[in-house]
Amino acid sequence: MSLLPWTITLTFAGALLALVVGRRSAAAARWVALLTAAGGWSLTLLAAARFVPGPGLQTLVDAAWIPGLGVRYHLAVDGISLTLLVLTGLVATAGVLFSWNIGERTGEFFAFFLTLVAGVYGVFLSADALVFFVFYEIAIVPKYFLIAIWGSTNREYGAMKLALYSFAGSALVLAGLLWTYAVGGAHGFGFGELAAAAATLSPHQQVVVFALVFFGFATLAGIFPLHTWAPTGHVAAPTAASMLLAGVVMKLGAYGCLRVALPLSPLGFAFWQTPIAWLAAIGIVYAGLVALVQQDLKFVIGYSSVSHMGFVLLGLAAANTRAASGAVLQMFSHGVIAGLLFAVVGRMIYDRTHTRMLAELRALPLRRLLPFAAVVFVIAGFASMGLPGFSGFPAELTILIGVWRTAPLWAAVAALGVLVAAAFTLRAIQLTFFATPERPSLPGGARPFEPVLHLAPITLAEKAGAVLLIGATVLVGLRPDLLLDWINPALQSPLFHAVLKGGAP
Amino acid sequence: MSALPLLSTLVFTPWLGALLLAALPRLGGPASRALALAFSLSTLALALLALRGFDPAATGYQFVERHDWIAALNVHYHLGLDGLSLLLVLLTALLAPVSLLASWRGVADPRLFGALFLLLQGAVLGVFLALDFFHWFAFWELSLIPAYFLIRLWGGPGAGPAAYQFVIYTIGGSAFLLLGFAAIFAATGTLDFVQLARLGADGTLAARLAALGGFWPKAVFLGIFLGFAVKVPLYPLHTWLPPAYAEAPTGVSMFLTGVLSKMGVYGFLRLLWPLFPGPLHAAAGPLLWLALGGVVLGAFAAMRQTDLKRMIAYSSVNHLSYCLLALFAIAAAGGRPGAGRGAVAAALSGTLLQIFNHGVSAAALFYCIGVLEARAGGRRGLDDFGGVRAAAPIFAGLCGIAMFASLGLPGLNGFVGEFLIFRGVWGLVPWAAAVACLGLFATAFFLLTFWQRVFHGPRAGAAAGAFADLSGLDFAVLGPLTALMFLLGVLPQLLTGLFNPLITSWAAHLPLP
Repeated sequence: MSLLPWTITLTFAGALLALVVGRRSAAAARWVALLTAAGGWSLTLLAAARFVPGPGLQTLVDAAWIPGLGVRYHLAVDGISLTLLVLTGLVATAGVLFSWNIGERTGEFFAFFLTLVAGVYGVFLSADALVFFVFYEIAIVPKYFLIAIWGSTNREYGAMKLALYSFAGSALVLAGLLWTYAVGGAHGFGFGELAAAAATLSPHQQVVVFALVFFGFATLAGIFPLHTWAPTGHVAAPTAASMLLAGVVMKLGAYGCLRVALPLSPLGFAFWQTPIAWLAAIGIVYAGLVALVQQDLKFVIGYSSVSHMGFVLLGLAAANTRAASGAVLQMFSHGVIAGLLFAVVGRMIYDRTHTRMLAELRALPLRRLLPFAAVVFVIAGFASMGLPGFSGFPAELTILIGVWRTAPLWAAVAALGVLVAAAFTLRAIQLTFFATPERPSLPGGARPFEPVLHLAPITLAEKAGAVLLIGATVLVGLRPDLLLDWINPALQSPLFHAVLKGGAP
Repeated sequence: MSALPLLSTLVFTPWLGALLLAALPRLGGPASRALALAFSLSTLALALLALRGFDPAATGYQFVERHDWIAALNVHYHLGLDGLSLLLVLLTALLAPVSLLASWRGVADPRLFGALFLLLQGAVLGVFLALDFFHWFAFWELSLIPAYFLIRLWGGPGAGPAAYQFVIYTIGGSAFLLLGFAAIFAATGTLDFVQLARLGADGTLAARLAALGGFWPKAVFLGIFLGFAVKVPLYPLHTWLPPAYAEAPTGVSMFLTGVLSKMGVYGFLRLLWPLFPGPLHAAAGPLLWLALGGVVLGAFAAMRQTDLKRMIAYSSVNHLSYCLLALFAIAAAGGRPGAGRGAVAAALSGTLLQIFNHGVSAAALFYCIGVLEARAGGRRGLDDFGGVRAAAPIFAGLCGIAMFASLGLPGLNGFVGEFLIFRGVWGLVPWAAAVACLGLFATAFFLLTFWQRVFHGPRAGAAAGAFADLSGLDFAVLGPLTALMFLLGVLPQLLTGLFNPLITSWAAHLPLP
């Protein structure tokens, strides 16, 4: 089982190598990035093949790091982190494939990209809150540069806003953790130790500490009303960065909520449960409604991410193992689907047409010019709507089942979100690809006048990336138990006992 | 049973055809059409095979396939066939190839059309055969995607908004359906229809849901009810239907009205009624009025249409509302000591017959309008024609037969179903039967208006010039449908024989509140 720590090392090494060889040849940097990402993904898959699901974290590496503070370089894995590690590898690989056309400072681009990925691997593997936090910070920095240098629309604004929100969120987390450590008299930063320390705090303090840590992480998960960094950041980012941001980085926040915040203080959680659930439910519907009126296609996808992450947060707020397992499944599902959507919009459409405005796209016969993009966007769109057969469906179903147990009203609001998601997704599909009507019945097969346009054909790299992601969403859609069998035992861990209520039936 | 998993083959053969069509981008038009038709016909062959092996006396599910699938959600791959499913499978098997034939000419990109159509066909068959919510809902939702594109890409000038409205309405219903079943799983831990029906019959389901407290047990019922009511559609949730049917190309309209609209009725019979006998009984009073609204207002709305396709679309609302009327009448009378089992059985077999008969006659009528449209350069107004009978006597004859079948003329198929529904409803809720008669009159009125204005009088409008009579292709479409109208009008026992034991058993075990 000691394969997984190598994902971090390998990816950092790949980042360095991409930077070095990138000075000589862009092509070499691309291949280094692809091999690194695919290598990291393969490691996660190999580890997954050998993984024995069980409750609790399975330690991979445990070494003293800062003895004075009791900080240990402790890496461990359970079914939840494994799910997200596999997701990270998958999205990173697809991301490289969709960045094959980056021509400007290619080496640096992939160096930042891989650093971000390595940070994410680190976060998902950490079993020590401080190590977790360090990797978390490592992941924030490259995001800024990826957007500010290679981004598009309003990139300085988007990058700055995203970085500030991220740092503010992590400052809250750090404050909460240090408070617990210092006041609670902990001897280390293991999740269990921190929870034990938090239990010694007064109820009042626990409520505050929990709020600091949870909302700090939830900011990155795009909780309403702290979500506004997400659409602007996603839109400004280059395609691969959007894919990582929406696909994986937002999961860091949700993962932090589940792994660090929830076990930290059951008492604090009990206090905040209802407000969190309502914020999540409002986020689902509100972001969906906002997506419904966007004029920029990428903003539609950006807001849809906020809406879908609302499901994750709602699943966590419902506080039972059923809903939590749905939330983790939704993290995976959204990671794949959002990646796919951003790939179509950012890479397949925008890089060719140089517009994302629906009013302009609808005037183009995109369906005929880019039939492959049309098919992928339709599949991704229907997957994103939560249609069965794709991963979003079992995830949302599981969340709804869990939420019913806790509070039916939340489930009803979430169902409204499903409807809104269908509306904005279908609108985007229709305006982008199906707004120019085919008129098969015109006499003599003549077509109405249309400008002669040539767009570069879809490349092999794009096709490969799209096939990977579609394959993943369909596989999990048909066999969600592949992941649920990892996730469910992990949720039986003693760490979650105090927070998550039982699973049966 | 046999080594071949018959039902899976039935469901997935059309999808295999769709896959094949999608994988052969260089296939020419004629070859694509032939391939699509061949795969579509496979359902007919397999359905007849199922018919041969089917034992009508057994009231349980036959040809059952059950395999473990997703342990974490207690989901099993479960398919089964009873008289009700068989009826709908046969209907699909008949209408699918006929609808494809109806789209033989004038369809751009026949490869894509065929692939989408086969996708739709497989999904619909899946809905009729699946016995576990997980994949049943998958088929239910996946039928929307091809239907959306078939309307959107091959439909008339208003197809965009019509297709959007169609999908949003249906997904809206499905969202509540999903919510309802999430609640059911949370309460019972199973999504298997057979187990749920058992829990519904012995009251366990109601008791478990009651634990939710407050308004929530009712909300679960309402959510699932909404999902089906939109699909049928029940008045006043029908507003998506006329534009969708009117904008869809002819072959698709035929399949939509013939088969897809039956998915909702099937849902009511297979799920809502067995699962929620109590709430359905409690709500039956207002629901009867809604069904009557569909029967009467649907017919009156049809009377006011000048677009023939919209007229027939509204008449579908009317005809399907009869099915719901019968079901709600049974629910309303359920538990009343005087409610005769005979009336219940009559209403039920009338409903099932109506499902089949409406499919046949409405599809034929939509095709007739397609014939008019093709010869009039796309026009299909009530006033665009005159004297078509003189120009095309054979066409007029076949169209007339379809109309009279739709009207319920004795000797043709429509009569038996509607008669049994009226007989049943009369015995259960007499006033409702009386009000529904208004719908009968209005139906007679608009169909006769259609007949008179288009077919009689001097040749006028589009029929003034050259107006070809039926071609061989037209015969291939209308011939089988007309033959069925006569056959089932004279020998309804061909169908009732398939489901009578099932109905007797339903009526005998009528879930009492």
